[in-house]
Amino acid sequence: MRLTCPYCGSRDHQEFTYRGDATAVRPALNNTSIDDHNAYIFDRSNPDGVHQELWNHTSGCRTHLVVERNTVTHEVLSCKPVGPFARKLK
Amino acid sequence: MSGFRLNLRDGVGTAIGDKSIQFVFDGKPYRGREGDSLASALMANGVSIVGRSFKYHRPRGIFSAGSEEPNALVTLHRGARREPNIRATEVELYDGLTARSQNRWPSVNFDVMAINQLAGSAFSAGFYYKTFMGPGRRGHKATQFWWFCEQFIRRAAGLGRGTNLPDPDHYGRMNAYCDILVVGTGAAGLAAARRAAAGGARVIVCEERAVAGGSLTSLPDYIDGEPARDWAAGQRDELSAMDNVTLLTRTTVQSYFDDNTFLAIERVTDHQARPAAATPRQRAWNIRARSAVIATGALERPIVFAGNDRPGVMLADAARRYAVEFGTAPGRAVAVFTNNDTGWLVARDMARAGVIVTDIIDVRTDVPDEIRAISEETRAAVSTGSAIRSVKGARAVSGAVIAEYNEMTGELGETRKTIACDCIAVSGGWSPVFHLTSQQGGKPVWEAELQAFLPGEPTQNWHGAGAMVGAFGLRAALQSGDKAAGAALADAKLRKGRGHVPKVEGDAIDYAPAPVFEINSGGKSFVDLQHDVTAEDVRLAHREGFVSVEHLKRYTTLGMATDQGKTSNVTGLAIMAAASDKAIADTGTTRFRPPYTPVTLGALAGEKYGHLAAERLTPMHDWHVEQDAHMYANGPWLRPESYNLPGETVEQAYIRETRLVREGVGIVDVSTLGKIDVQGPDAAEFLNRIYTNGFAKLPVGKARYGLMLREDGFLFDDGTTWRLAENRYLMTTTTAGAGRVMEHLEYYRDFVWPNLKVALASVSDEWAGIAVAGPKSRAVLKACVKGCDVSDKGLPFMGVRDATIGGIEVKIARLSFSGELAYEVYCGSHHGQSLWDLLFKAGEKHNIVPYGLEALSTLRIEKGHVAGPELNGRTTPHDLALSGMVSSKKNFVGSVLLQRETFSKADRLQLVAVKSLDGQRVSGGSHLVSGSKDNPGRSQGHVTSPCYSPELGCYISLAMLEGGSARHGEKMFFSNPVRNKHGAVEVISHHMIDPTGGRMHG
Amino acid sequence: MRYSAFAILKNALRGNRDWTPAWRKPEPRSNYDVIIIGGGGHGLSTAFYLASVHGITNVAVIEKGYLGSGNVGRNTTIVRSNYRLSANSAFYEKSMDLWRELSQTLNYNVMFSPRGVLNLAHTPGQMDTHAERGNQMRLMGVRSELLDRDQVARLNPGLDVSGSARFPVHGGLLQPDAGNARHDAVAWGYARAADQLGVDILENTEVVGFLKEGDKIVGVETMRHGERGEIRARKTGVAVAGNTGRVMKMAGVDKLPIESTVLQAFVSESVKPIIPTVTTFGAGHLYVSQSDKGGLVFGGNIDYYNSYAQRGNLPVWEEVTSELIAMFPNFARLRLLRSWGGIMDMSMDGSPIITTGPLPGMYLNAGWCYGGFKATPASGWCFAHTIANDKPHAFNEAFTLDRFKQGNPIDELGAGPTPWYH
Repeated sequence: MRLTCPYCGSRDHQEFTYRGDATAVRPALNNTSIDDHNAYIFDRSNPDGVHQELWNHTSGCRTHLVVERNTVTHEVLSCKPVGPFARKLK
Repeated sequence: MSGFRLNLRDGVGTAIGDKSIQFVFDGKPYRGREGDSLASALMANGVSIVGRSFKYHRPRGIFSAGSEEPNALVTLHRGARREPNIRATEVELYDGLTARSQNRWPSVNFDVMAINQLAGSAFSAGFYYKTFMGPGRRGHKATQFWWFCEQFIRRAAGLGRGTNLPDPDHYGRMNAYCDILVVGTGAAGLAAARRAAAGGARVIVCEERAVAGGSLTSLPDYIDGEPARDWAAGQRDELSAMDNVTLLTRTTVQSYFDDNTFLAIERVTDHQARPAAATPRQRAWNIRARSAVIATGALERPIVFAGNDRPGVMLADAARRYAVEFGTAPGRAVAVFTNNDTGWLVARDMARAGVIVTDIIDVRTDVPDEIRAISEETRAAVSTGSAIRSVKGARAVSGAVIAEYNEMTGELGETRKTIACDCIAVSGGWSPVFHLTSQQGGKPVWEAELQAFLPGEPTQNWHGAGAMVGAFGLRAALQSGDKAAGAALADAKLRKGRGHVPKVEGDAIDYAPAPVFEINSGGKSFVDLQHDVTAEDVRLAHREGFVSVEHLKRYTTLGMATDQGKTSNVTGLAIMAAASDKAIADTGTTRFRPPYTPVTLGALAGEKYGHLAAERLTPMHDWHVEQDAHMYANGPWLRPESYNLPGETVEQAYIRETRLVREGVGIVDVSTLGKIDVQGPDAAEFLNRIYTNGFAKLPVGKARYGLMLREDGFLFDDGTTWRLAENRYLMTTTTAGAGRVMEHLEYYRDFVWPNLKVALASVSDEWAGIAVAGPKSRAVLKACVKGCDVSDKGLPFMGVRDATIGGIEVKIARLSFSGELAYEVYCGSHHGQSLWDLLFKAGEKHNIVPYGLEALSTLRIEKGHVAGPELNGRTTPHDLALSGMVSSKKNFVGSVLLQRETFSKADRLQLVAVKSLDGQRVSGGSHLVSGSKDNPGRSQGHVTSPCYSPELGCYISLAMLEGGSARHGEKMFFSNPVRNKHGAVEVISHHMIDPTGGRMHG
Repeated sequence: MRYSAFAILKNALRGNRDWTPAWRKPEPRSNYDVIIIGGGGHGLSTAFYLASVHGITNVAVIEKGYLGSGNVGRNTTIVRSNYRLSANSAFYEKSMDLWRELSQTLNYNVMFSPRGVLNLAHTPGQMDTHAERGNQMRLMGVRSELLDRDQVARLNPGLDVSGSARFPVHGGLLQPDAGNARHDAVAWGYARAADQLGVDILENTEVVGFLKEGDKIVGVETMRHGERGEIRARKTGVAVAGNTGRVMKMAGVDKLPIESTVLQAFVSESVKPIIPTVTTFGAGHLYVSQSDKGGLVFGGNIDYYNSYAQRGNLPVWEEVTSELIAMFPNFARLRLLRSWGGIMDMSMDGSPIITTGPLPGMYLNAGWCYGGFKATPASGWCFAHTIANDKPHAFNEAFTLDRFKQGNPIDELGAGPTPWYH
């Protein structure tokens, strides 16, 4: 599998570290609800199909990418820098 | 079979050179010729039995001329280079080659295990599942019966024998990138390669055999006016001369991974008698291709009939290759048995080469006239509408019985005829080789017209060409190769240019066979030759309900031998389809699994064979080694365990080192600690959210010990973090946690709090770290430090200062892991050794002692500091008596889930220490119990970090104990049954020395 | 037909014409007491124990493809109970007890072979960790032995025990009663035995939806030979391993503490016996044993990204083979024959879930990560108990679905809620 890092170009996936579901969003710092934190940590939709996920380019620029990837075909649909994605979540 | 060397001349023995070559098979010397394969050389020497089958140990000969070979498996070489299960058809002969037959005892010509044949019908599919369950109906005893039988079954199974010696050879890896990968160099592959190359693409071309050309090397046709093999040679030369083309022979593309990543294995020196020492034996090519042309051709499949495993029965096209390429007749009288036109052409080409073809037997009645005409040239007797009913000869073919055959009903007539022959060349049609694309999930489609599975729709950037996609015949193959290259150029965003298809003169025939797969005459007919799976086994599987193709495969082991069913899968499916009264299209086929042919494990490991992982060394590594330190592989790091004096054990050494630190001063290399530079206006806020305790208010020039949790509230890592400036911190982590802490921080920086202005850099390798510990440590620093007052006032506990030592810029932090007055001194890693030397020299008059991991550990255990064994991913701060470190005034990673009720239960495992009451060493891995050695009772906890405490004068350990914080003073036992140890201990507080901290604050 | 040496001889003399199907191919009925979704090892063993232990025989096992097409036929066949945490060691030792008698229980030779599972240790610290686990096993009544380097070398002659190895071997922990079994035979044996007790095994029948009354699950919608159907049941058990997410979504359970990944497995060409035990590398992640047929069967880490494809990628090939031949440099000239992948239902702590719920009328068996094969008997036994009694047995009471949120993970590795690290 190959991922196209927006900073470094097309690279083998073993240059990256998988960091899991990008739709699992941490509750805000001032949110102290145990349920909300439990949901963030333990509940996964684990789709068979398009999955939005985080990969850290650990052997490259060491930033996270938001990758859209099909978990059935392994087709990578997009690789985007995490910044704009993460800011939109707030 | 009694093969022999033909008269070599133009067009006969095209691969064979002049040089005579000596080799040894089963201890007997033979001579072959340059260019021979081991198979062709054995055949030329009249050797007919070369192996024994897996289950029945039936004699087997040479069946094919390539990597699809199921029968002719041999063991090559001796000693550490011994290599079992090698296909003789793929071994290039060289002087001194040693090969042995296998899976036989005492010899391949007389194998006592052949007695298995007598039990033939009992040894049917599913045999093992139905018996050996042992006497009686229940119990472990019965299983023991199976275990007893199993050892004999295991010895009888297996093929060749491996070795217990390490492989002395080495292997290489190449990472390659190309626009277009062309797999195969037959007509289609060459056509594709030339167009791709002409289009300016970076091209890699891989050919499994030693010479490019595929079937062109044995076909009599002409391309662009020259013999096909000459045309192929010309193409090969042209391609090799081009800068944008890499042509790899002896290179099999084995696996097709995601995003057009391919694994190819190049056999670099396997064909050489004396390879150069520096050359890797094989090389793994990891190829990333923008697009690929798969031109892997097709494999001939046999027709199954009774006795079809006798040495002498072989594939027709292989027989042709032996005659034409290797100049070797596969027999003195060859009969051809076919269900399609190719058998006839094979007969003709063999006859032209000088082989006597006695009979052509075709199941079809309707054979085209121009094909029939061929038989006149061969002077063979022709029987159409006929089939082979059985084979004569006990150990090799001596003849065959032919009967009339009804193509529509599959029935044999009563009239029989016996023919004399010592070789039967069989053609049952062609199966396209789409293994690579099937690996990628491509779904094959049955094409009734061609009686073949075709690869189906591409799931990635590949284009099929030639027989692989059903474009049989030279013309069609050249055309499809050219076209596929055009499409591949477009994939690679290059100009397609204009194609060119060379002119072909030669046979234009129909490659589609009649749908005849098996002649069922009741005798033992083999579908999978290597695994001895018969047509009856397939029908038995059907009878017992194992009808899905996967069940068929798994129940009968059809297609699971080392040839992976290359010549047997389709036939097996066809027989199952017939038994189930289904069409082959509805039966389906199994997915091919990588690799295409067996791959040497050494080649897969490539350069990592003998070099599994890089060693991480500290800047002071050489010094430790020079001191004869006991080095210890700690994850990727090599670290000194202890500096043993002559005659000292590790235990004696660490006790001495510990004592000397507590009494005077010691020096230890702590460069392996993870170090992360945290900078930015929001660095303080960021750390405040990461650590359980506060960091925002930490003054510049101070360090603080911090705890990190996972979001689920469990401890993640610990370490000190130093505030170097308003917006800059130096974080230290545990050695083992360095990588994961960095990733943890990056996750929060990038994804969770992207608005915080903070930058992170791993600086673990940039800083060398040295700890100087002990009551005299201040004196040591005082003697060498410039630019900083190291007095208690000038450098108080947890203070951080810049200074120089011998001109080297350093950072000094007054930290204590040992519980003594102690300092950590950091400098740029390239100065590490110099700094070490300077500190060491400054310490000499205080008898400074270097200490290793064991003493480092002993010091912190006595002090009650936790480390890796306590931070095991299952403990919380409360469990480790670190609740005081958890701020209740802020929210941080893990703060919410740490509140969960379960974490405040009184019976959780909690940190304590134990000390030995009976002088015994509290051995590692012990559990804490209440009972005696013979009756210990259940585990109530376990020891985590044991050592001898010079300070307490006894063996101690940190431990995790159920409700431990309330059990100080309790007498228990440590229990270590696997080490046969049991001893009395007392539960004590983990603060074993200086609980008020007077020493380190001193 | 009862299987025995006698039956084989008798049938051989009759040309093997009288053998009958190992299990029936029945048409589905409209109503069952219990439906088990998933005709893999766990589903089939559940059905068998429902019928044989609890007398519930009106049971259907519904399988999307061919029986045993999931992980029961794709694993590296290791059977062991060498766990550190008591919830795991008790459960897996129950499984061992069932394994020891399984061939006789099922009248089907599952070729359980207690040849020993050896975990190598490469540092003194790792020897201590192994001892801690070995002692836990001993204190739970499970045999274990801590071997030194020489003992390990005697057991496995090709093993690199030299001090110059990158990760020198210090010794290992042996569970002598652990070993291997023939994976397909386990599925077929349970299927045949369950079938004989009256269980209907419905192959090529896909569950495409659930029948609900309010919140309660009362059956499933199916697709069979291109036709839709409905099957009702009082109780519906789900045992679909890597497909848990897929199936539970149909029931309206959108999220679970499970992620699906692919685990690759590898087999070499057959050779004569060369390694007697199951052996694992301690300085990485690699397990290897030799099948009765002679192939070296080995595997390592998962491909760590989420996946529903039964195939993996090249990095794992390189990692696994380099570790294998670092451990056994005499294997370097042997050859890889085949590799394949299975979908793993990785849980948040690396341990399984066998529970009632999460909806009324429903029961869940999932989260096996890559340890499901050895659990097959106990998993079915406990799941059957849970379904029959509407509450877990003591052996599986810790394997709840809500343990993660309550803070009671069963985390052998201490890797935390990161499924791809277990």
